[in-house]
Amino acid sequence: MNIQAAITIYKFEMARFRRTIFQSLVAPIITTSLYFVVFGAAIGSKIETINGVSYGSFIVPGLIMLYLMTESINNAAFGIYFPKFVGSIFEVLSAPVSSLEATIGYVGAAASKSTIIGLMIFLTSNLFVTHDIKYPLVMAIFIILTAITFSLFGFIIGIWAQNWEKLSIIPTLLVTPLVFLGGSFYSIDMLPDFWQKVSLLNPVFYLISGFRWSFFGISEIPIALSIVAILSFMAICLAVIAIIFKTGYRLRT
Amino acid sequence: MKSQISIENVSKVFGRHKALNNVSLEIKEGEIFALLGPNGAGKTTLISAICGLCRQSSGNIKVNNFDTLTHYKETRNQIGLVPQELPLDGFESVYNSCQFSRGLFGLKDSRDHIEKILKTLSLFDKRDEQIFGLSGGMKRRLLIAKALAHEPKILFLDEPTAGVDVSLRRDIWRLIEDQKKMGVTIILTTHYIEEAEQLADRVGIINSGEIILVKEKTALMSEFSKKTTFIRLSKKLKNPSFMKKNKKISLTENGMTLKLVGINNKSNELQSIVNLLSQNGIAFTEINTVDNSLEDIFLDLVET
Repeated sequence: MNIQAAITIYKFEMARFRRTIFQSLVAPIITTSLYFVVFGAAIGSKIETINGVSYGSFIVPGLIMLYLMTESINNAAFGIYFPKFVGSIFEVLSAPVSSLEATIGYVGAAASKSTIIGLMIFLTSNLFVTHDIKYPLVMAIFIILTAITFSLFGFIIGIWAQNWEKLSIIPTLLVTPLVFLGGSFYSIDMLPDFWQKVSLLNPVFYLISGFRWSFFGISEIPIALSIVAILSFMAICLAVIAIIFKTGYRLRT
Repeated sequence: MKSQISIENVSKVFGRHKALNNVSLEIKEGEIFALLGPNGAGKTTLISAICGLCRQSSGNIKVNNFDTLTHYKETRNQIGLVPQELPLDGFESVYNSCQFSRGLFGLKDSRDHIEKILKTLSLFDKRDEQIFGLSGGMKRRLLIAKALAHEPKILFLDEPTAGVDVSLRRDIWRLIEDQKKMGVTIILTTHYIEEAEQLADRVGIINSGEIILVKEKTALMSEFSKKTTFIRLSKKLKNPSFMKKNKKISLTENGMTLKLVGINNKSNELQSIVNLLSQNGIAFTEINTVDNSLEDIFLDLVET
């Protein structure tokens, strides 16, 4: 196995992250702070607790998931789309690099970047609310699984996209609404019956709910279901990537 | 010399367009092979198939007996590719970009090796600069440096001197010759026939996806050699009667020069024409004979 190639791609992508460190980290921190001011202080003051958790604390897992998912997708999609756009992808395609090695390099870097951003948001949240993490190991597993899975998804989008519009269309029109409607800022118990049932169709709901369980030990659904949901999505993404590399879809002519 | 790349009956179809049509070709170890052809002839498609950028629709390609599809790691490990365009990540530094290329081939950083290549290509002073800041010629040299970063045994140069100035073109030629001396096999596509004439050991001509000729350059030039003789006249001529009988003769330079193409020395054709001029009282001041170039041969072959 050409491990060195995977490390090289990983380092190259992380160097891009370091070059844009201000934009990569400061922007999410400022936005998170605004969320806490608006939702935590302004709206949160009208809501006392949700299942015994203060509203400010309740939205922390949702906010982390929101950034973890969107940043994983964006970083992985851009990571593979940009060399396609400028043409430098020829280097990877003409090198002795297997699909697994290329995926480890690109997806590993994207997942690392989004995990760092997720942790920064967690640290930022501590400036506004205090909370204990009930199951820190489960939290870490959720962060890593989500970062890897959504980076795999972003990697697929980056390969599929043929222009900048396509690159952003799925994150903007599909993922962000799913995250917002997946209980990032509310418990689905607060919704009417019909919308509770609709929420159960949203795959992101299972991730946010499970992640919230690792913080507070409370969840609308069993934790095992959340883990099954994320592992299933990961398996689907891996299968799609395997097909892409086998067929050369939008990579090799 | 043993065969290093073996291409057998390779075809590549894009929709209804057959970019490569049953191409068979052997590239010998240590040679410089020039692949010539007009735009859209299939040169880049053939290179892409060998390097793994596209998959042939049928046929086999082997590099040192390894199949490019089933043993792609072994084949690609031996190959360096300089593409036709300038596909570079402009935000990266020159050195890091070369290091990235080397790392993809499973090799650890070798500052000595990369700096040596950058010095050879006059890019050493630019090693820490972003690629965006480089001129077109520098980017072209950087692509060569990147292709050499993993010390390949086979180097593909897809129009390496397109758009570079004369001085840089000579530098690149020198580098190609140095690589050959080091035992690297070089496959070159070019629009500059002079380049092939200067560098190549063998020449292949491809047209409409088919290899129409492969020959040693010297054999090609001698086989297809045609001499052109120019007779500078002392006064202007207007379609003399003897010209109408001989298709090899034409008037150029506003009737001041006779151009004789493909004159056969063995049958004293030139002597006969000179005699004919004397008989018709036509004086001349100069006779000049030139061999036709590879460019003329290429045009003859492609146009027929």
